[in-house]
Amino acid sequence: MLVEAGHFALALALGLSLIQFLVPLWGARTNDPVLMSVGPSTALAVLACLAFAFLALTVAYVTSDFSVLNVVENSHSAKPLIYKISGVWGNHEGSMLLWVLILALFGAVVALAKSSVPVRLQANTLAVQAAITIAFLLFILMTSNPFVRVVPAPVEGQDLNPLLQDLGLAIHPPLLYIGYVGFSISFAFACAALIDGRIDAVWARIVRPWTLGAWAFLTLGIAMGSYWAYYELGWGGWWFWDPVENASLMPWLAGTALLHSTVVMEKRDALKVWTILLAILTFSLSLLGTFLVRSGVLTSVHSFAVDPERGSFILGILTIFIGGSLALFAWRAPLLKQGGIFAPVSREGALVLNNLFIATACATVFIGTLYPLALEVLTGDKISVGAPFFNFTFLPLVIPLLMLLPFGQTLAWKRGNFLGTAQRLYAVFGVVIVATLVMLAFTAGGPVGAPLGIGLGAFLVLGSLNEIVTRSWSRGSPLSVTWRKARNLPRSAWGTALAHAGVGVTVIGIAATAWDLEGMDTLKIGDRISAGPYTVRLERVVPRQEANFREDVVTLRVFRNGNEIGMVDTMKRLYVTRGMPTTEAGIVTIGLSQIYASVGEVRPDGSIGLTLYYKPLVLLIWLGAVVMAAGGALSLTDRRLRIAAPAPARSIPVASVPAE
Amino acid sequence: MTRKQRRLTLIGVAGCILAIALGLVLYAMNDTIVFFNSPADVQAKNVQPGTRFRLGGLVKEGSVQRGDNQQVAFEIMDGQGSIRVNYTGMLPDLFREGQGVIAEGALEHSGVFRADSVLAKHDENYMPREVADTLRRQGLWQGDSKASQQTQ
Repeated sequence: MLVEAGHFALALALGLSLIQFLVPLWGARTNDPVLMSVGPSTALAVLACLAFAFLALTVAYVTSDFSVLNVVENSHSAKPLIYKISGVWGNHEGSMLLWVLILALFGAVVALAKSSVPVRLQANTLAVQAAITIAFLLFILMTSNPFVRVVPAPVEGQDLNPLLQDLGLAIHPPLLYIGYVGFSISFAFACAALIDGRIDAVWARIVRPWTLGAWAFLTLGIAMGSYWAYYELGWGGWWFWDPVENASLMPWLAGTALLHSTVVMEKRDALKVWTILLAILTFSLSLLGTFLVRSGVLTSVHSFAVDPERGSFILGILTIFIGGSLALFAWRAPLLKQGGIFAPVSREGALVLNNLFIATACATVFIGTLYPLALEVLTGDKISVGAPFFNFTFLPLVIPLLMLLPFGQTLAWKRGNFLGTAQRLYAVFGVVIVATLVMLAFTAGGPVGAPLGIGLGAFLVLGSLNEIVTRSWSRGSPLSVTWRKARNLPRSAWGTALAHAGVGVTVIGIAATAWDLEGMDTLKIGDRISAGPYTVRLERVVPRQEANFREDVVTLRVFRNGNEIGMVDTMKRLYVTRGMPTTEAGIVTIGLSQIYASVGEVRPDGSIGLTLYYKPLVLLIWLGAVVMAAGGALSLTDRRLRIAAPAPARSIPVASVPAE
Repeated sequence: MTRKQRRLTLIGVAGCILAIALGLVLYAMNDTIVFFNSPADVQAKNVQPGTRFRLGGLVKEGSVQRGDNQQVAFEIMDGQGSIRVNYTGMLPDLFREGQGVIAEGALEHSGVFRADSVLAKHDENYMPREVADTLRRQGLWQGDSKASQQTQ
């Protein structure tokens, strides 16, 4: 019964979204406050309906209701409770339901932000938001209904794909979707501004926290996915330049560019048209990402079984929204007035350069990801564009950007002085150069990329720190004054510094992968295998039976330079219901480095194939992403304060707002 | 600087970055992309030894031989022939005889394909798309009917 009610709630949400689309749009056109006020109330009702539908599906999963097809295909009564719950979104239908639920959640938050958003902008935004909801609800109801019953009901389910029975993947999709869908708000605001034909710094101030929040979640989501692939797939790789990964990287890059261009728009009222275009592109890339992942048109190592009919439906949605919004842009953008001007060497100039680099880098990823598809349609040739392509095109664009970042961050608004800026950084620059040279000398004969990359990362971290120091410390001032000044810096300044330092931390982690070592062999009990200073000895192989899988547990004793430092288990599992094997890597974390053991095959004679990796500083890759997201969150706490008090803040001239 | 000069500066810088990116992309396109071939394509196109490509098909039943140091040899086949593959390293968990697989590497002069990576998928019902297309063309495909039976 609850399942039918959930199905009905979906249909009801569709009807309500239609109202939320048409009525406020008409109200904004005719300037009718009553019609416009329909938007917020319907947005809340849509959220209630979708939350109910989601809850109904969750209940079906938790109670293992095998009369529901979706539960049969993706659950099993012996599965641990946490994976019964995460199984709700661990499949196509459920994940699309989560997608619209988050969409509705964001719509409701816009609806509740009455005091800070102008009424017309809010009405138009909610209408655009409703249009997206309608499209995806139609998609769910017509091609991927999670509430379909199966008669007669089977006794047992087919279990969730074992790779997804993992804590990392339980939280990865929600994080990623909050990021993807969060950009829909920037998109909806951009379309609303175009419909209205008016846009100013207030618009940027409203949109920026949304972009920032979505960006922080997407950062975490991508990092989580990358860490999951690292420890779950058993190959020791953390990024494969795979289409599915690129699908999440592209909106992240566009979102990063958008984040920076809204700063310029908010502070200086410039770059309006570009910012609007970026907001549209960012969400378009999010939609494209959903399409690539859900349609399976691209060959990916992360592909799961897919259905072509759904692909064409999402392609339709994609065409309507991207085509429609770009047409709207082409039609209305000329109405937008040009804003403030600035010298090429200035903070604005640096941010424009940032946008150019990031947008171009994003374009190369786009080409590399979609070129195989285009070529196959045009010529029938099947090709694959792999890591070498992206390393060759993406890195040369990103490295100069990162080298310029500390300078840009230090430049003054409106008109900057490059030499003066360089002077403020000379101490940092000197330290980094010396440190890099020392590292090069010590690791002579090894890979050159690692010391250079670590130097670059250190430059980013120290450059960000330097920014805080130079803004709060002047020669001769006592420490207490410096401390007070530093504490009184706007939170967004701290947030910016933290996020940029996070980029540096990730860069250090990535650069250090050049020092990775690996060993590979077939071992019998008592045999050893080494990677760098670390050696493992095979102690025993023990079979074990669990509720929904059985496994061979391979126990290894770990030595560093001959001294024992501990034991680690790596497993070869067979999930019984699906007959699917998986590898659980054995990971020993030593500081920021890891030793990673992965068992290949367990032979009948008791010997095993084992690969051992030594990965120095590898944790920094994901730690940096967490620091970036924390920087975003810190900056967000500053924003909210300003948003809450809009009236006085707006009357202050722009120039008096402290530069970030 | 006048507004016009500023705009020209911007366009100049943007043009430079785009030109560099375009150059990199075109250069990389020549050098780094690899084609997908089935065993039949390899014969038809007469692929030269040393050219990197992706070889896809089914792992021939009974062909997998494991040696020491994680060396493994198997045959990838389609409706028209099979090619012997040598590989050293960890095979994906879903690598099995009779299953679809993609190996990346190059042919040696002896006609053996030396792979440096082998891909299978995350899902036991899933067939790499290129392999599925090849099999469909050759009339060997049974995946769709099997999948639809399962969902009923």
